[in-house]
Amino acid sequence: MIELVFAQLQRRDRSGADCVADNGICPDWIADNFDRYVTPFWEHVYLTLVSVAIGFAIAFGLALLAHRWRWLASPITQVTGIFYTLPSVAVFFLLLPLTGRGNTTAIIALVAYTLLILFRNFMAGFENVPAEARDAGRGMGLTERQLLWGVELPLALPEIMAGLRIAVTTTVGLASLAFLAGAGGLGEALFDDINFRSNVLVAGGLAIGLAVVLDLLILGLQKAVTPWTRAAAA
Amino acid sequence: MDSGGGRMSTTLAFLGDFGDAFDYIFNSRESQAGGARVGGTELLPLLWTHLKVTALAMAIAIAISLPIGLALGHTGRGAFAAISISNTGRAVPSVALIAFFVAFFPSTPEFWNVTVALALLAIPPILTNAYVGVRQVSRDAVDAARGMGMSGTQIVRSVEFPLALPLIFGGIRTSTVNVIATATIAPLVGVLTLGDPIISGSVHGRAGQIGASIVVAALAIAAEVILAAVQRAVTPTGIKLERGGAVGSPSRLGTLKRRIQTAP
Repeated sequence: MIELVFAQLQRRDRSGADCVADNGICPDWIADNFDRYVTPFWEHVYLTLVSVAIGFAIAFGLALLAHRWRWLASPITQVTGIFYTLPSVAVFFLLLPLTGRGNTTAIIALVAYTLLILFRNFMAGFENVPAEARDAGRGMGLTERQLLWGVELPLALPEIMAGLRIAVTTTVGLASLAFLAGAGGLGEALFDDINFRSNVLVAGGLAIGLAVVLDLLILGLQKAVTPWTRAAAA
Repeated sequence: MDSGGGRMSTTLAFLGDFGDAFDYIFNSRESQAGGARVGGTELLPLLWTHLKVTALAMAIAIAISLPIGLALGHTGRGAFAAISISNTGRAVPSVALIAFFVAFFPSTPEFWNVTVALALLAIPPILTNAYVGVRQVSRDAVDAARGMGMSGTQIVRSVEFPLALPLIFGGIRTSTVNVIATATIAPLVGVLTLGDPIISGSVHGRAGQIGASIVVAALAIAAEVILAAVQRAVTPTGIKLERGGAVGSPSRLGTLKRRIQTAP
């Protein structure tokens, strides 16, 4: 029960260094207690990566369907739009009777949230493929499948990767709420001692740092897989 | 499973947990611990606080971000700032921001700490959308206005602002839905919004947790639908006519334009 955990942890004994008693920002305390953040941090990484990976696979499938049958784009956007609108905390508990508490529930909610972002960017990517490139591909005798994998998907990569970046940073933020679904993560460490400044800074800082690092990694990946955009970006 | 099961209304019993949750929403009951009444009309004060926090946070966010976004868009400077703010904003977890205010401003009432944290969360989408909205106004329209002798302020007010309105409302819509969702965790720091039954599960029971989740979800969807209608209503006819051509790539600036796309 969450509130029991709070009751226990809210008034943790802070005796020891004066800094801790004064509720300051305490490098010593942080150095001594850093190991308590390791497990929540990796739980956070796990939740983020698994959710975005599953969301990416589903959104890719949906985008291929909508690419093949254009009329599907609108209903898919609307349904994923509803998922995007539903507050994650509400989804955690609406799933309670179906999947209980734990990672599964948290991941379903996080995946649902990424779908609109990723799907929309897949579609934007496909729409930005120049008609001439498609025509040239067809003129070279490419089949529809070859056209998709050899021409359209590579040219759509900048938008797809941009969507991935938004999805990852958003999911890192939302995974901070996953502890309400019993899935741990940095949010749990944060709320273990929410009035203690050092704790808030370390737990919050780790979450923001994780988002920035993952964002930069994807940006680097994007630059590596789309070398032709480098000239245009200048 | 829980002691609330005995109170389950017979008509909703076949729905199990969800039936009990609906019963919680519409009929008040004794709390799990006994004593206090929960659910039903007892939800109204929680709803009121939820709406109050949301409205205040949105008012502060709009008052700050709209003028800045319009000014940046009008002068064409600060694209980097607008994009950086939106990217950084996304990376800051809402819980961390609320916790930051509570830990560092312990003497400020929790209500205002939460409101200001929510307002900060609401700023990036409005700011970026206002900036992008003004930038995508046709330069011909702005030149024509200048040629007619309009001053900079007049151009912002009578040309750029109306033409940017659909995107501005897109940002307000995104932020509002976001703030409603985030206000759900306010009870973690003692501000009793609709998230209270969710977070105080031992008082409200499983039915309360699921019931309040249904109410919060409905509130978010209602806000989305209403603001989408407002967004359509404020869209100038000229833009409606050329809809489709005017839509730039939503991903390039990292902004999500919340607009239902129709297949061409």
